[in-house]
Amino acid sequence: MALRIPLRKVTIIAERVLRDDLITLIKERGASGWTLTMVEGEGSRGIRASEWEGRNIQIDTLVSSEVAETIMDEVGRRYFKDWSVIVYVADVEVLRKDKYIG
Amino acid sequence: MNALTDNLISPVVLCFVLGIAARWIKSDLAVPEPLYQGLSIYLLLAIGLKGGSALAVTPGGDLILPGAVTLALGIITPVSAFFLMRRCGRLGVEDAAAVAAHYGSVSVVTFLAAVEAVKRTGVELEGFLPALVAVLEVPGIIVALLFANQAGTGKGSWKKALHEVVTGKSIVLLLGGLLIGWACGPQKLEDVQPFFATAFKGALCIFMIELGLAAGKRLRDAGRAGLRLLILGCIIPVLHGVLGVSAGLLAGLSPGGAAVLGAMAGSASYIAAPAAVRVALPGANPAYYLTLALGITFPFNLAFGIPLFQTLANHFSLWL
Repeated sequence: MALRIPLRKVTIIAERVLRDDLITLIKERGASGWTLTMVEGEGSRGIRASEWEGRNIQIDTLVSSEVAETIMDEVGRRYFKDWSVIVYVADVEVLRKDKYIG
Repeated sequence: MNALTDNLISPVVLCFVLGIAARWIKSDLAVPEPLYQGLSIYLLLAIGLKGGSALAVTPGGDLILPGAVTLALGIITPVSAFFLMRRCGRLGVEDAAAVAAHYGSVSVVTFLAAVEAVKRTGVELEGFLPALVAVLEVPGIIVALLFANQAGTGKGSWKKALHEVVTGKSIVLLLGGLLIGWACGPQKLEDVQPFFATAFKGALCIFMIELGLAAGKRLRDAGRAGLRLLILGCIIPVLHGVLGVSAGLLAGLSPGGAAVLGAMAGSASYIAAPAAVRVALPGANPAYYLTLALGITFPFNLAFGIPLFQTLANHFSLWL
């Protein structure tokens, strides 16, 4: 069986207007790639600017635990106050570790 | 009274009502997002092309005055909306600036509804009016954001917001369509007319259903916004509309054209402005600006504003 390496998956779910900002942010902090999906959901913020212009975005990125920490700190610092954003991290196992950690 | 009922009983307005009704009865009706996006591209480009082909046959001198008064309206309306929201609406600087950005900009669909209403009465209209929509779209948002910036509350990214407004799809498609239409002229555009002109009103009807669905949701929030804002949402369009009608007539527009300019000035943007405001003023509450623009002012203009501006334009034109 191929060798599986533990990594962290950071997931950010946010308003669509933040798309470009968030992608820049995670790349600056050391993520080498990301996956974006359009999602729907409901949370603590009732009313949303983007709610009739479309859905929310979910960005997933696989990174080392240090990078995961800095991404989460930065997202919290920049966006939690005024924006609809959630961020969480999960343990995952990957093949080909070199793809994610440069 | 006749103009009022005639304005209400039209496919475009009734489709909007259908959307609101569907939301109220909790129907599963939803316009899929790609369709809505596709329709908005179609409508904006069609408007641009039509205006552009009219520009091609309009002497440049005829455009200077209408263009100048439209620009002036784009600067005055956000200022008056800002102070009304501060003084009478008792909103904070950030919220007032956010609302002002919406009233300073223009609602393309209100423009279309006004054009349709004027055409139904058999009155002639200037073909270059879509060019004025493009002029009115941007300055209002910038002026309003300046208020927040000056007060130091605009903590969002100013540069990004500006980029959002100037490169947003509505301005790119409108200006692009105007340029293409102007470069090609009416004759070359005949090839694309079957697509862009014949189906236009039908496409607008489907777009109106989606707007009705969105407005229906906002109408529920209207109660929570409070009576003060509800009243302001009806007074501001009348105030700006009267200003627009008068300015249009003074600039030499026909009564029909002046009525449409009034509807443009009295309208509140809900496509370009919300995106820019969300970026520039993240602390402003969308419940205020979206409810006012989409839930109150847009239906108000559809039902009462447009016929009022038509009547005013006809009366004022006799005095001038």
